[in-house]
Amino acid sequence: MNRARANSWLFWGSILLCYLLQLMPLPQALLPMKPYWMALVLAYWALESPERVSLGLAFILGLFGDALAGELLGEHAMRLCILCFILLRFRSRLRFFPMWQQTVAVFALLLNDRIVLLMVRACAGDPGPVPTFWIEPFTGAVAWPWLFLLLDDLRARVRATDS
Amino acid sequence: MALASNESAPLFSPGTSSTLRLIAYLAATIVLMVADHRNEYLTRIRWGLSAAIEPMYRIAAWPSQVARQASMAITDRDELTQRNQKLSEQLLLAQARLNRLSELRDENQRLQELLDVQHSLGLGVQLAKIIDVDTDPARHRIIINAGARQHVQMGQAVLDAHGVMGQIVEVLPNTSTVLLITDASHALPVTIERTGMRVIAHGSGALDRLELPNVPISADVKVGDKLITSGLGGHFPAGFPVGEIRSIANDASGMFSAAVAKPSAALDRSGDVLILQPLPDQIGPPAPAPQEGPPASLAPTAASKP
Repeated sequence: MNRARANSWLFWGSILLCYLLQLMPLPQALLPMKPYWMALVLAYWALESPERVSLGLAFILGLFGDALAGELLGEHAMRLCILCFILLRFRSRLRFFPMWQQTVAVFALLLNDRIVLLMVRACAGDPGPVPTFWIEPFTGAVAWPWLFLLLDDLRARVRATDS
Repeated sequence: MALASNESAPLFSPGTSSTLRLIAYLAATIVLMVADHRNEYLTRIRWGLSAAIEPMYRIAAWPSQVARQASMAITDRDELTQRNQKLSEQLLLAQARLNRLSELRDENQRLQELLDVQHSLGLGVQLAKIIDVDTDPARHRIIINAGARQHVQMGQAVLDAHGVMGQIVEVLPNTSTVLLITDASHALPVTIERTGMRVIAHGSGALDRLELPNVPISADVKVGDKLITSGLGGHFPAGFPVGEIRSIANDASGMFSAAVAKPSAALDRSGDVLILQPLPDQIGPPAPAPQEGPPASLAPTAASKP
């Protein structure tokens, strides 16, 4: 019981933190390099603890992300739903990939996410993207192993303190 | 997709991610996006959620604030004294210039009264601070710490010490969002100070570029010309600096020349901004002219009549 509670603290804490990271200001030059933290954290939980993550959760988290960022209502929700669906579909393969393959898979997911975003923005009538628009999947893929190891370690600690 | 799921069916838990559900959620997001695009529901939802959103902004801005304060705390004395000296010199200069300007203003007012022109409106401003959060690098928007409770309204112009920054596009109870003039969806009417020619300055999506497409080829535009607001759109009062022309070239069609300008406001730096009070709408007939003729005290009364 206690462990379940600690785990859900970790879960919701990581989600709150990824919202904050998403809003965190960076120097102007680094701005386009900001990884899509919400996707990365959701991807971790979808891979490691799929009983918590569902399409409905992705939808709700996405809507709150839209409200925070002032984007079109449903934009983040759509991106996270698609991401979450692919992850849950291929979870059992992705989970046992070695780290570098997993990173490549995450990169492909983030690239797909950019394409979805581009389609949504084009439908909303926004002007075309600047070249720096495409940097984000690379930084996301670079951040992934560290995020994965960090959250894995935290989860292992929660498990160890309990037993 | 169907093939893949058949092939590996035993490996997956089919309940968690059925394709039908995905389609339902995607349809829901599309409906929401279309509804929001047409009706701006998001603003209302954000207003409702502002109790949750505003603290998030403050918390997210906190680390950079701490960093700035820390750097202030460890700046050494020499640097501070130097900066202080420089600032007081600048203040002196500004003071002197202001004194001259106030004379000019008085003179201007006298001349305008002579000409019987309705004199220019006094501009009220309100100070606000930028909350250092970034909602989306692809869009040039900043968030400031004044909102509906501080009487900020949609469409008010936002300035800094050097020029026009943008306009308020969204108001929450205690914060509001400013669309910068360099956002790709922003355009503002300007005039070239030297010649008085009117042009439209479009945002380019880069913080140090404003684009002026469709300048007639025959127009007298030079590198270094200053752009000021023309006041034609009604949002921005006339006469505030906007930028300076940096380059001029023919556009792709060869029918017009396209100029590039550098915004004069320091858009990439954070700090204090000024929100201009809205200009009063001048709708309806002008106020009645002051009464002419001899003063009322001299008017003949019944008693004084013979």
